[in-house]
Amino acid sequence: MDSSSEPMAIRVRDLVVGFGDQVVLDHLSLDVRRGEIMGLVGASGGGKSVLLRTIIGLLPKRAGSIEVLGIGLDRTSPHNAPTIGRRWGVLFQQGALFSSLTARQNVQFPMRENLHLSDKLLDELATAKLEMVGLTDEDGDKFPAELSGGMTKRVGLARALALDPEIVFLDEPTSGLDPIAAGAFDTLIKTLQRTLGLTVFMVTHDLQSLHMVCDRTAALADGKIVAVGPIGALLASDHPWVKSYFQGERGRALTHPLN
Amino acid sequence: MNLEPALNSTISAERLEFAAVGSWTIAHSEALERLVDAGALQVANTRSMAIDMAGVQELDTLGAWLLERLIRRGRERGQDADFTRLPEHYRSLLDEVRAVNRQPRILRARRNRFISALDNLGRTTVGFKRDILAFVEMFGDLSVTLARILVHPLRFRFISAVHHLNRVGWQAMPIVLLITFLIGCIIAQQGFFHFRKFGADAYVVDMVGILVLRELGVLIVAIMVAGRSGSAYTAELGSMKMREEIDALRTMGFDPVEVLIVPRVLALVVALPILTFFGSLAALYGGGLVAWLYGGMSPEIYIARLREAISVTHFQVGMIKAPFMALVIGVVACSEGLRVKGSAESLGLRTTTSVVKSIFLVIVLDGVFAIFFASIGM
Repeated sequence: MDSSSEPMAIRVRDLVVGFGDQVVLDHLSLDVRRGEIMGLVGASGGGKSVLLRTIIGLLPKRAGSIEVLGIGLDRTSPHNAPTIGRRWGVLFQQGALFSSLTARQNVQFPMRENLHLSDKLLDELATAKLEMVGLTDEDGDKFPAELSGGMTKRVGLARALALDPEIVFLDEPTSGLDPIAAGAFDTLIKTLQRTLGLTVFMVTHDLQSLHMVCDRTAALADGKIVAVGPIGALLASDHPWVKSYFQGERGRALTHPLN
Repeated sequence: MNLEPALNSTISAERLEFAAVGSWTIAHSEALERLVDAGALQVANTRSMAIDMAGVQELDTLGAWLLERLIRRGRERGQDADFTRLPEHYRSLLDEVRAVNRQPRILRARRNRFISALDNLGRTTVGFKRDILAFVEMFGDLSVTLARILVHPLRFRFISAVHHLNRVGWQAMPIVLLITFLIGCIIAQQGFFHFRKFGADAYVVDMVGILVLRELGVLIVAIMVAGRSGSAYTAELGSMKMREEIDALRTMGFDPVEVLIVPRVLALVVALPILTFFGSLAALYGGGLVAWLYGGMSPEIYIARLREAISVTHFQVGMIKAPFMALVIGVVACSEGLRVKGSAESLGLRTTTSVVKSIFLVIVLDGVFAIFFASIGM
């Protein structure tokens, strides 16, 4: 692979992650190019979220190396952790909004901590982000406990985008959304990627999302990436797990909707 | 790619031309805000305006919004305002930003300070009533459920109760013993230090014995249990409430009071007298040790004096109070736990309230018992 010539947003090499006796990720390697949307599929409990959490530094690794935006995270001391934290945004599966802050304050939080802007501009920017993810100004005054699941996800995305990051990590962004909302969310991610040159790394089970927005998809099985490529290449893959994932009833329904 | 941004302006024939250059990104947010604020001041005097975008190297939502704000400022003044020479790849972002912040923000009017103080007072008063109701309701709920369990003993969750008894009783034992032991030592030391001045050394034993058995033993243990186990109950039940576990139980046809609260409260009611008993022993032991090492009173004399000074009544007075205090702590902790709302803040608030309220009620109860025992001559 000519990974040296092309700028990589994320480079994972020989990553091993485990808990106790159990090895979840076994010498896994993966590259995510700058400006692409990479989807990650895998069985439930197969280590997708573990991979994501390891890349963003929430879980310790046993071996291997991870580089994000050319910065090796092994050498990341707590001192420069904030620097990298400004350059990526994370949407957690459950939103992970700060429950004692309103939606607007949640979105403003990273800006308020990192930038020195006037309150007026902060308010405008927060409203802008909220409206960009499809919420209204009034929603901004609600507390997380008062938001529905879909709204929580949207506020979570708005917060992840607050600092106009270079990479956004999305953990199952469309799960729990109705098809219309999920479609709108996909379109939104695509638009943002196109306009901001964003790199998106998303864990998803949503076959529709994979088709609609992902430039490339990686399949995770048995602790390794067993196939990477555009969705067409994955559909043609011989790996038994990938086959059963995409050629199962639900997979077929999407690829051959009329039959 | 990371160029200092600038906003150059030229005025020609009543037309204001801005030329935006450099990186209009969040990395330069403070400079950008200053640039656009300065630019906005120039807008006033012209008939039309435009922003030349050809020189923009990078653009993100922050930059796009600031430029859009400048355009809007021009339009508010009735001018023709638009972007010129706009690179194609910025168009969708600017379109996105054009749609936002269209509604003027409704700001809530700030209220008079006096009125809001009154408002606070009113809310607190009503909240106080609600507190009492919540306590009484939980107490009633618990009584009804206990009565039901007496009729159908098989519904009692024995294993759960034993598990909680282990947590609030057995595991609390070391810290309770240590603290009551130290309290016993301190009382004895203070007693010797002050009583010695008028030669009343022997009466220190009376003081330690009566004080520990009647009041301090049970009070210290109850306060510790409220802080240690009551708070744990509130936090557990509160987080179960937050994660909808309690709703899940209810929809499966289980009564949360029966499943969660009865075993916890019963475990406390059993554990507190046991802890009080051993705690009082530890305090008496501590008193004896100080009497021997500091007061120069041999253990034999200490025990003989203790036997004369205290009677089984003193012991009973202390022990009778223990289960009632446990009941109050348990009911307060559980009712506060179930009042937790969605936020982490409310969990913290309820846990604090639970501890403060149960310690307060334990002391009030102790006072009530003091009056009661005095009037029946115990």
